[in-house]
Amino acid sequence: MAASISPFVDVSAALVSAPPTAAEWLVILPVAWCLAIGALLVMLRRRIGIHPAIAIIGLAGLVLIDGLLLKAVAENGPLTMVMGRWLPPFGIAFTADLTGTLFAFAAALVALVAGVFSLADINDSGRRYGFYPLLMLLMAGVSGAFLTGDIFNLYVWFEVLLISSFGLLVLGSEPEQIDGTVKYGFLNLVATTLFLIATGYLYAVFGTLNMADIATRAEALRDSAPLMTLTGLFMLAFAMKAAAFPVNFWLPASYHTPRVAVSALFAGLLTKVGIYALVRVMVMLFPVEREELSFILAVAGALTMIVGVLGALAQTDFRRILGYLIVSGIGSMLAGIAVGGPGGIGGAIFYALHSMLVMTGLYFASGIAMRLGASSSIAALAGLYRRHVGFAALTLMLCFAVSGLPPFSGFWPKVMLVKAALDIGAWWLAAALLLAGFLTMIVTGRVFLLVFWREAAHADGEAVSLSPAAFGPLAVLTGLTLLIGLYPEPLLAIIQDAAAGLAEPSAYVNSVFPEGGPR
Amino acid sequence: MEAWFALLVGIFFSVAVYLMLSKFIIRVLLGVAVLGNGVNLLIFTGGRLTREVPPIIPEGAESLAAPAANALPQALILTAIVISFSFFAFLLVLSWRAYSDLATDNTDEMRVAEPADEPLPPLGY
Repeated sequence: MAASISPFVDVSAALVSAPPTAAEWLVILPVAWCLAIGALLVMLRRRIGIHPAIAIIGLAGLVLIDGLLLKAVAENGPLTMVMGRWLPPFGIAFTADLTGTLFAFAAALVALVAGVFSLADINDSGRRYGFYPLLMLLMAGVSGAFLTGDIFNLYVWFEVLLISSFGLLVLGSEPEQIDGTVKYGFLNLVATTLFLIATGYLYAVFGTLNMADIATRAEALRDSAPLMTLTGLFMLAFAMKAAAFPVNFWLPASYHTPRVAVSALFAGLLTKVGIYALVRVMVMLFPVEREELSFILAVAGALTMIVGVLGALAQTDFRRILGYLIVSGIGSMLAGIAVGGPGGIGGAIFYALHSMLVMTGLYFASGIAMRLGASSSIAALAGLYRRHVGFAALTLMLCFAVSGLPPFSGFWPKVMLVKAALDIGAWWLAAALLLAGFLTMIVTGRVFLLVFWREAAHADGEAVSLSPAAFGPLAVLTGLTLLIGLYPEPLLAIIQDAAAGLAEPSAYVNSVFPEGGPR
Repeated sequence: MEAWFALLVGIFFSVAVYLMLSKFIIRVLLGVAVLGNGVNLLIFTGGRLTREVPPIIPEGAESLAAPAANALPQALILTAIVISFSFFAFLLVLSWRAYSDLATDNTDEMRVAEPADEPLPPLGY
C-alpha cells in the first residue's frame, strides 16, 4: 500500500515562479529596513552616543523608500509581493495601494521629524532605555499595518506597534507615565483583542484572510453570512484604536504623560492607523455594510468632534488640550467615512494626512513652550510672544491649520467633508463639522492669547535659546502645512485616485490575483 | 461539538468581561488573560472540530474528499498565544509597578495623570 503513494507532490502550481522584481521588493522594504535598523540599535545598546545618528539616517532612508514606493504605485497601480513564494491566498500578501502608501509616506515623514526633535528632548537615560530601537520597531509596525494585504497580518502589525508604544510610553517611569500607561495598555489590548475576535469570525465565514480575496467573495456570501455583525465588530475595534467617542478615554488619559517627542509621534501615527484600518475594512471589504452602518458612524463622528473639542475647552494643561483636539479631529475622519463617496472618503484620507502633520507640530510647539516657560499649564505660561516671535508665528499658523482656516492644510479636507455631507443631505453633520471647527478656533485662540500674548507677570532676565533640533522640525511641519494649504492640487489628485481605488478595488484585486480572480 | 465549544467560548467571554469591569487591576489582569484564552478557543472552533477526518488529500485528487478540520486556525492561535502571553507579561510587570509606585491597585484612585482637583483654565485675560 505504501508503495502506491508517491512521496513527491508537485507544488509548483501553488508557487510564484518568476523572481520578484525590484519594484516588488520595495513593498516589503519599509518593514524589513525598520526591523534591521532596530536590530542594529539593539546590538549597539551600550553605545548610546551613536544611536540618534543611526536612527535618523534610518528614518531618512525610510522616507526615501516610501517616496519611491509612492512613485511606483502612483505610476503603475498597486504592487503585491507574497511571502515565501506561495501564491495568494496561501501566502501572506503585502499589497501597497495608493491609500496605504500615502499613509506610510506621511508616517515616515512624521517619524523623521520626531527623530530630529528627539535630539533636543530625549536625554541619555531615555537612550539607555531604548528610545531609538523602540522608535524603529514602532515604525516597522506602522509601515507593516499600512502595507499588508492580509487581515491577520494586520493584527500582528497592530500588536508590534502596540508593544513598542508601551515601551515608549513608560520611558522614564514617572508616576504619571505609569498611571497613563496602565489605562492606555489595558484599553488598547481590549481593542486589539476585539479585532482578533472579529478576525476569527471572518476566517470562520470566509475561509481566507487575504483582503483581495475577501473583497471578491463578500458579494456571494452577503445573503448567507452574518457580514453585518462582522463589520460591526471591526468598526468597534478600530474605532477604539482610533479613539472615537465613546471609546476614546484611553487617549486623553495617557498622551500628555510621556516625553514630548513620544507624544508627538503618537499623535501623528497611532490613531491614524485605526482610521486607516477602518477605511480599509469598511470601504474596501464591506462597502454595503458601511452604507448600512453609516448613520451610527456619522452620529459617533459628530459626537466625537463635539465632545473632543469641549474636553479641550475644559483643560488647563497644554498637552491635555492637544490630546482632546486629536480626538476631535478623529470625529471629522469618521464623518467622512460615514458619508462615503469620493468626497467623503477622500476628505477623510486628506484630513488624516493633515492631522498627522499638524498634531505632531502642535505637540512640538507645546514641548518648546514647556521648555521656555518651565511649565505645561496655560495658566502659568505667559509672554512667549515677546521672547520668541518666530516660534509664536509658527504656532499661530498651526493653530489656524488645526481649526481649518485657510490658507493652511486643514481648510481643504474640511471643505470636502462639509460639501460631501451637504450633498447627501446630512446638514446636521455639516453643522457639527463647522461647529467643531469654530470651537477649535476658540480653544487654540485662548491658548495663543494666554501663552503667547499675555504679559508675563515677572520679566525673566535670562533668555533661553531655542535649539535648532527643536525648532527645525516645527518649522518643517508648519511649512508643509502651508504648502499643502496653498497648493493642494497634486496631493488632492493623488487622494482622489486613492479613494477611487478603495471604492472600486479591481486594480487591488488584479495586483494580488493577476490571472483574474482567485482559483 | 461546535455548539458546546461556542457555549464554552461564551462562558469565557462573560467571565472575562465581568472581571474586566472590576476596579482592581489584578482582576482586570485576570480578565485579560481569560479573554485571550476565550479568543483562542473561538478561532479554534472557527476552524471546525472534526477529529475523525484527517486533512489529507488522497492521491490523484485535487481537494479533500470529506470536510476536515482546518489546520490554519491552529497556526493563527499559536501566533495569538505568543502575543497575548507577552502582553500579559508586560501588563503584569506594569501593574506591579503601578501598585508599588502609586500605592494603590484601585483604578478609581489612580488620578496622578488626571488629577481630580485640577484648577479650571483661566476664564479671563
